[in-house]
Amino acid sequence: MIELFGIFLLSLMVITAIAIVQTRHLFAAVILTGVFSLLIATNFFLLDAADVALTEAAIGAGISTVLFLSALALTDEHERSSSANKYVALAVVAVTSLILIYATFDKPRFGDPSAPVHQHVAPWFIENTSSQIGIPNMVTAVLGSFRGYDTLGEVFVVYTAGIGVLFLFGSRRTRQNGEPTKSGLDPSEGLRHYLIPRIVGRLLIPFIILFGLYVQFHGEYGPGGGFQAGAIIAAGIILYALLEGEKQALRVLPDRILTGLMAGGALLFGVVGIFGILAGGNFLDYSVLFDNPMTGQQIGILLIEAGVGMTVTGVLLKIFHAFAAREHI
Amino acid sequence: MSGFLDIISWILLSLGGMFVFIGGLGALRLPDLYNRMHAASVTDTMGSVLIITGVMLQAGASLASVKLFLILLFLLITSPTASNALASAALLSDERAKANPQSTSESID
Repeated sequence: MIELFGIFLLSLMVITAIAIVQTRHLFAAVILTGVFSLLIATNFFLLDAADVALTEAAIGAGISTVLFLSALALTDEHERSSSANKYVALAVVAVTSLILIYATFDKPRFGDPSAPVHQHVAPWFIENTSSQIGIPNMVTAVLGSFRGYDTLGEVFVVYTAGIGVLFLFGSRRTRQNGEPTKSGLDPSEGLRHYLIPRIVGRLLIPFIILFGLYVQFHGEYGPGGGFQAGAIIAAGIILYALLEGEKQALRVLPDRILTGLMAGGALLFGVVGIFGILAGGNFLDYSVLFDNPMTGQQIGILLIEAGVGMTVTGVLLKIFHAFAAREHI
Repeated sequence: MSGFLDIISWILLSLGGMFVFIGGLGALRLPDLYNRMHAASVTDTMGSVLIITGVMLQAGASLASVKLFLILLFLLITSPTASNALASAALLSDERAKANPQSTSESID
């Protein structure tokens, strides 16, 4: 039954992907990309990967859609038809698909417990999580401690991406506040004159941020962690910016605090790693942070997850503000 | 007793599915944006209420039911708000409703 549902979702994904390629209307393409993310998140959930599903839903379906839409506000809604040779592209795609399909013949059966991926380091993680780290969520243990280097790398990728966007856009404001735009509406004023979205938004924003904090600090016990929490908190604040105006959002969370969050999170992660060296262990070895190795591991994971959350929130909000401050091209 | 609850739950789930299906049909078939939105938003709210209540009956008195209730509350608040925001955005961008769905002429203003 669950396989049937999975196949149904995968077919929907293929249909959505074809629709994304086919449409020339960029707004529709953005919304379809969000749908695609939500479908794959559901699929991850079916495969019992709750953490990945939460990340995909929060970042892929949520924040990315918002960022795409704010990018779209700067450009046209329609894609220019390209004059590139379609047959060459078709041939490349066909050959690549055939090679990929051929490659799947060598792959182990779906869900095969004796597949190489389940025989490599996974059994060691499963055996040692409870004795060495003592938290119920194994994904967080692997992500935060056993493979802390990877997560450190990911955080720096997010940080670098944020810097890249800021380099492209500049953090200077190209539009003065209060200056009317082409549409006659001032986006920096937000939706202040619309009563219903504003009241409902006010009702929801505290709960969104509270849920973000829950995901952040409950990551050791259930699905969650810094990446998801950062995206959820950023979404709450973007909602605030949409309702009350971008100016007001920058008054609540000024630009320098966002910069601080962005750099401070990555810094916190690195500093926790270096503390490990100073306390006589390896880089990112949390066992030496506290008398009891298990408590040390838990404190280390809590700290680096906080760092991840800070960087993700900071970067996403910086990107959002960079888009919002630009004039229509 | 559980058989009885099962029957009620399945009735709710099927009704909810029917509502969502009708909404989808309306969104495809109706002539202009406001009509389509009307079809989709009203049935969507009703459908989600019915489906979540049905699933809650399946889950029984547990933490899952509490979470489902919270999701229901969230949907009941956000879904009509989203429809309202969508409609006012359409109104602002001068989207007009067709006066007579039967006529094929495009402009009525």
